[in-house]
Amino acid sequence: MDKVLSNKKIIALYVLPSLLLILGVVYIPIILTGYYGLNKWNGISAMEFIGMENYLALVKDSAFWSSAWHSLLLALFSTLSLVIYLAVAMVLATRIKGANLFRKIYLIPMLLSSVAIAQLWLKIYHPTNGIVNSFLESIGIANPPAWLADTSLVLPALFIPILWQYAGFYILIYYAALKNIPASLEEAAKIDGANALQIAWKIKLPLAMEVIKVTIVLAVVGSLKYFDLIYVMTDGGPNGASEVMASYMYRVAFRAHDFGYGSAIGFFLLVICLIITWIIRKLTATKDTIQYS
Amino acid sequence: MITGTAGQLQSGPASSGAALGRKLGYGLLYIILILVAVLQVLPLVWLLFFSLKNNQEVFNLPPFSLPMDPKWENYSKVWSAGNINVYFLNSVWVTVLATALTVILGSLVTYAVTRMKWKGSSFVLGLFMVAMMIPVHSTLIPLFSVYNKIGLTDHPLSLIFSYVAFNMPITIMILLGFYYALPREVEEAAVIDGCSVNRMFVRIVFPMTSSVLATTAIINMIYNWNEFIFVNTFISSDIYKTLTVGVQNFIGQYTTDWGAIGATLMISILPILITFLFLSDKIVEGIAAGSVKG
Repeated sequence: MDKVLSNKKIIALYVLPSLLLILGVVYIPIILTGYYGLNKWNGISAMEFIGMENYLALVKDSAFWSSAWHSLLLALFSTLSLVIYLAVAMVLATRIKGANLFRKIYLIPMLLSSVAIAQLWLKIYHPTNGIVNSFLESIGIANPPAWLADTSLVLPALFIPILWQYAGFYILIYYAALKNIPASLEEAAKIDGANALQIAWKIKLPLAMEVIKVTIVLAVVGSLKYFDLIYVMTDGGPNGASEVMASYMYRVAFRAHDFGYGSAIGFFLLVICLIITWIIRKLTATKDTIQYS
Repeated sequence: MITGTAGQLQSGPASSGAALGRKLGYGLLYIILILVAVLQVLPLVWLLFFSLKNNQEVFNLPPFSLPMDPKWENYSKVWSAGNINVYFLNSVWVTVLATALTVILGSLVTYAVTRMKWKGSSFVLGLFMVAMMIPVHSTLIPLFSVYNKIGLTDHPLSLIFSYVAFNMPITIMILLGFYYALPREVEEAAVIDGCSVNRMFVRIVFPMTSSVLATTAIINMIYNWNEFIFVNTFISSDIYKTLTVGVQNFIGQYTTDWGAIGATLMISILPILITFLFLSDKIVEGIAAGSVKG
């Protein structure tokens, strides 16, 4: 058995195609990104090595820090909305009828393409014919805001469809985690006189903690690298008011054709995502994982 | 005796009051759940409605109403005139090919990692798992310039390579759980009977995993169908564009024709909605399995 299953040729045959692919498409590129960042390069002519110049310029680039601030706001907003998702999942998990149907319906927006969702929400926010302003006008608000064209409203206006897009995803994860908690625990607590809130706070929340940690990482990192809806809906505008790190990188690299500086931003994005993942895992590390079966 | 009946009399209304309270509580919970469901679906219903209207109807009729005669011609119009048929077919074959490759290659890796004995297997698995945390944007510039050098920009292979590599981690992650749980007795018996590893994988293991293969395939299909940034960056010719970028370009040209835009968007999301209608359990299963276990 062992002899058959340690055949080197077969192992290589099974693993190498995928391994080469992931090295070539994921790992070598991130090393190259870091290296390109050390060069002055427009993507076409020869590279010119300039050391840390791009990275130093990045530190002083106010447009970049403004985009980083917007990404951070999105991360904060996404993390806070996890509380709502968890609350909805807790309601769903109380052996309510139709819970399965509800969680499926909630998931629909997440399955659709960001481009389609972005285009749809462009129409929803349309200043004159969108449903938001149609509704506001119908209840007597004469001059409803221009949402995506308004520098002070554009960010919150973009956060809403992002929340809408991912709500079902997090509710689904939380629901699955809560369903994993054995009903006997809840029944024992009930016999001891605990009410629904106490059961949620003292029993369900601690037992779902592992999953909650993972979702915090997903929400924060997902927000820091967020791109799609913002790129399609506002392209960072108006006047940079909704620029995020990924859209700024894309603009620098593929519009201004500054591949060197764009790479520096891309590398920074990578480092920030990895560091934050590590920090959140450290901060929320529990000494021993809770066992229940 | 007397105190007993008094107790019963008292407990009667009290417990029905509690039941009423519980019913009200449940009613409130249901209202919240239904409200969330409506919010999730309402924009899509509105999209369906305006895809069946002309501009005049969009501007004059109430948002959630259908015109007397729905303008189905919006759909036939954009299907041929807007290149949407080309983009649609591109999306189909790129999605199918990338999905098939990912699922097959992912199965091979998962088999090698869970069943075969070799040094570095956990390291290799780690490489695949860590790749899940790497932002696509950090790879975009080198990928573009390398594809450019080897003549793969504006070529569908650039998409296939990128899709397979970036979806490999989640595919392996979903498969892993299943492979670990799969009983090994059949395989052990096969080895004793002199069956080769290749034959065992193709004839025994691969078929046994068909249910999890379906799950991973659906998740891959959804991701590939919806992918935007790679197509947007690597592909410039209309004949190779997939729906996401095609729709984006089309709408950029026809910003004022609401019906045409609505119909285009509906066409781009319909395959996913139909898949969802029939296979929602698999989709839910795949997304749950691919999200947390890391």
